[in-house]
Amino acid sequence: MSPSVRLQEMIRVIRSARTQGEERGLIQKECAAIRAQFRQSDNGARTHNLAKLLYVHMLGYPAHFGQMECVRLIASPRYSEKRIGYLGAMMLLDEKQDASLLITNSIKNDLSHSSQHVQSLALCTLACMGSAEMCRDLAPEIERLLGASDSYIKKKAILCAVHIVRKIPELGELYTPLACSLLSEKNHGVLHSAVVLITELCERNPDTLRQFRKTVPELVHIMKGLIMSGYSPEHNVAGISDPFLQVRILRLLRILGRCNDAASDAMNDLLAQVATNTDSSKTAGSAVLYETVLTVMDIRSESGLRVLAVNILGRFLLNNDRNIRYISMTSLQKIVQTDHTAVQRHRGTIVDCLKDQDASVKRRALELSLALVSATNIRTMMKELLVFLSTCPPELRAHTASGIFIAAERYAPSQRWHIDTILHVLITAGGDVRDETVPNLIKLITTASELHCYTVLKLYRALITDISQQSLVQVACWCIGEYGDLLLKGECDDIEPMQLTEDDVLDALETVLQSHMSSPASRAFALTATMKLSTRITNNVDRIRSIVSIYGSCIDVELQQRAVEYNALFKKYDHMRAAVLERMPVIDKSSPGDTLGDLTGEVTKDSSLSKPVPGGSTLPLEPASQAFDLLDLLGQTDTVPEASHAESAAAPDPAGPSTGRDLLDLLGGLETTVVPSVTVYEKGGVSLKLQCDSQTETAVTLTFTACNSTQNDITKFTLQAAVPKSIQLQMKAPSGSVLPAGGHSAITQTVVLSNPSKTNLKMRVRLSYSNQGMVCQDTVQIDSFPSPAWT
Amino acid sequence: MIKAILIFNNHGKPRLSKFYEHYNEDIEQQIIRETFHLVSKRDENVCNFLEGGLLIGGSDNKLIYRHYATLYFVFCVDSAESELGILDLIQVFVETLDKCFENVCELDLIFHVDKVHHILAEMVMGGMVLETNMNEIITQVDAQVKMERSEAGIAGAPARAVSAVKNMNLPEMPKNINIGDISIKVNLLLQRL
Repeated sequence: MSPSVRLQEMIRVIRSARTQGEERGLIQKECAAIRAQFRQSDNGARTHNLAKLLYVHMLGYPAHFGQMECVRLIASPRYSEKRIGYLGAMMLLDEKQDASLLITNSIKNDLSHSSQHVQSLALCTLACMGSAEMCRDLAPEIERLLGASDSYIKKKAILCAVHIVRKIPELGELYTPLACSLLSEKNHGVLHSAVVLITELCERNPDTLRQFRKTVPELVHIMKGLIMSGYSPEHNVAGISDPFLQVRILRLLRILGRCNDAASDAMNDLLAQVATNTDSSKTAGSAVLYETVLTVMDIRSESGLRVLAVNILGRFLLNNDRNIRYISMTSLQKIVQTDHTAVQRHRGTIVDCLKDQDASVKRRALELSLALVSATNIRTMMKELLVFLSTCPPELRAHTASGIFIAAERYAPSQRWHIDTILHVLITAGGDVRDETVPNLIKLITTASELHCYTVLKLYRALITDISQQSLVQVACWCIGEYGDLLLKGECDDIEPMQLTEDDVLDALETVLQSHMSSPASRAFALTATMKLSTRITNNVDRIRSIVSIYGSCIDVELQQRAVEYNALFKKYDHMRAAVLERMPVIDKSSPGDTLGDLTGEVTKDSSLSKPVPGGSTLPLEPASQAFDLLDLLGQTDTVPEASHAESAAAPDPAGPSTGRDLLDLLGGLETTVVPSVTVYEKGGVSLKLQCDSQTETAVTLTFTACNSTQNDITKFTLQAAVPKSIQLQMKAPSGSVLPAGGHSAITQTVVLSNPSKTNLKMRVRLSYSNQGMVCQDTVQIDSFPSPAWT
Repeated sequence: MIKAILIFNNHGKPRLSKFYEHYNEDIEQQIIRETFHLVSKRDENVCNFLEGGLLIGGSDNKLIYRHYATLYFVFCVDSAESELGILDLIQVFVETLDKCFENVCELDLIFHVDKVHHILAEMVMGGMVLETNMNEIITQVDAQVKMERSEAGIAGAPARAVSAVKNMNLPEMPKNINIGDISIKVNLLLQRL
């Protein structure tokens, strides 16, 4: 190929390449030729070469060697060369390249060129890729051009000023005085750019905003002129006179009128006029109307106007054009928080949009529907949402499922309805729900004690139909294990009964265990459930024993461990089996995950960790093995840790209000004064302070602060606490686990004690930390707590 | 602010790509590919707004596109722009191209990429809408073309000749001259002689 071939020739040749490899080869040859040409000093074909290079760049091939050529071409006196040079600069250069600084001088010269086209080239390039340094250098030039007489240059200069203000906000003050005067221009292009500049200045600086509020009457006047003017062929788009300018002005009015009554009043009339007079049959009219609605909703408008605006949005919703439906839903989303009742009126239309074919419209309708769910319409809305879940596109499934859960939790009319809804979601979209759903659902089921029979029957039915949805499988296994006896009894009021034998139930669980579709967590659930059934059923205990022993040699370590432990339960601890596997207590909803291994006598089950904990069946094994490590709780040793909260709460300790101990004063009143912190432990440079943050009748919040005054950093610092059985302990996450040397910073951990029975408050705390590789442990008992000083 | 303007055909080949924020070359190509992927999946009668396109900015950005014959015109904008306004802007842009190229088609865009860039520069500058009046834009573009031609010297003579012929105002040639049946007239003539 001849090196000076024109751009069109090259394009033709490249297009004729049949494969990607052929095209790459051609382009490489061409680039090599161009590079050689660039190295020659004077060349008549420079523009062609750069044009070719830009084409190649657009296709995606590297073109950075053209940067210096751009700089050279910009400096040339010929217009055609300047033009292509500036285009190249916009495409190849950016602020990070050093070459961009070299063109600053050229731009400066060109800004004062005699020809307006050259000036416009320079302005365009500066606005597109001007870096902060370039903008700073050239800001005065732009200011000068703002006062130019030619409207063509003026509008370009104004937009350039906008770019400069974006890069260097301080320079906004330079252009503020001129901006006001620009509003009196007649040329729409200049007016448009001026409004953009004022918008940008107002958004950056609240003082400027206040200054520009004075221009509201002028803007209103311009708008009125636009609406009232008859047909003007220059600016007419589909019957609206310059809709672009109208939209810009409305947006500026919105910014000026926000949170300001005076300005809002001035615009009320205008907005009403625009809203009623604009013809919205074409896109242009709809754009203006839409912008008006947004402005009305944002400023302090009168209520009549707001109602009008919401009605316009409602009308948009019924429009055939999908674009308009989409944007009306976007704006309804913004106002649903503030004008809830107004939007509720259009609920029917919005719910219909859920069935639209368009994925964007569906997404908007879903978000809006979720926002509109309330206590009154929960049943109908949920029906629609569940139908939507079964047909919705896969990317929206997770969002829908979580939205349904949140709505159900907030507004569930009855527990049975709640459980039904969650089950329905799990059956339809079990793969897309979050991990917390399983423990949450289990918590819910345990609290609904009268529905156990109904729930377990329903879950069993769902399980035998389909074992692919893991969350469903996990919940079902857990329930079957817990309530297997109810399942076998088979009678239930609300649901048709099923006659099941023990073999059927065990078959179902074995299917889960053996299926390759089950995840390891589901198999763990199933194994534990099988084990629990050994106390609930009478005939097939041998079968269970054999199942459990098989898994003692399973490859999955978790399953193997469980199976071995269960085997031990059968063999050595058979006497304990019934007690260990008895029905679980109601899980307390308010206890979130306890962090740092809280070894309390209470059973505060941590059920919201990411790994699903199969109920409490591992817990009995833990204390059994650590029974001797367990802190001796004030002389009370308990081996059966299945104490339920109900039990503990029901054992009231009729503690008199005054027993001369500091503690009980804590449980009396609320006084917020400066609370002293007591040092409860100090040894080896590590100190632990206790401070009582707040207290109520039955709850106390304490903060432990640990400090390190030794020379070395202490790592893996953990606190464990134990309290008497009647008190509930909740430890929040600590601030860290590393204590830097020299006491620079401390670790704090908050502890909440709930003492409904008002027993004496005592606590035993165990610290463990690692100091220079040595692991240290220490225990301290706290009998008296610092009370806030009060009279 | 308009973040990017892309034109590509039904197979994803870029015909014009203008970015108003800086990205690396490979990221630019990735953006083009991803946008094509998102836009080509859309049905004909769905709305013209798309969310997604994670590469360009964050969640604030929308893709507003229009499909004309074999080309997709895609504008990536943020929330400061009116979506319906941008739809109208795309329409104005295409109409301007139509006027400048006389019944524009994809080949025009392929072989005259630089000219399309110059037209676009008259409409959108630095990510902001500059001029929306079609006639104004065309006037400016014509003036620039004239200026370039005047510099071109002898090399531009053929181009000038072509445009001169185009602009020539020839009187309308009568298309159908009815001269009647020539053989009869000859007979008559011979008879007279």
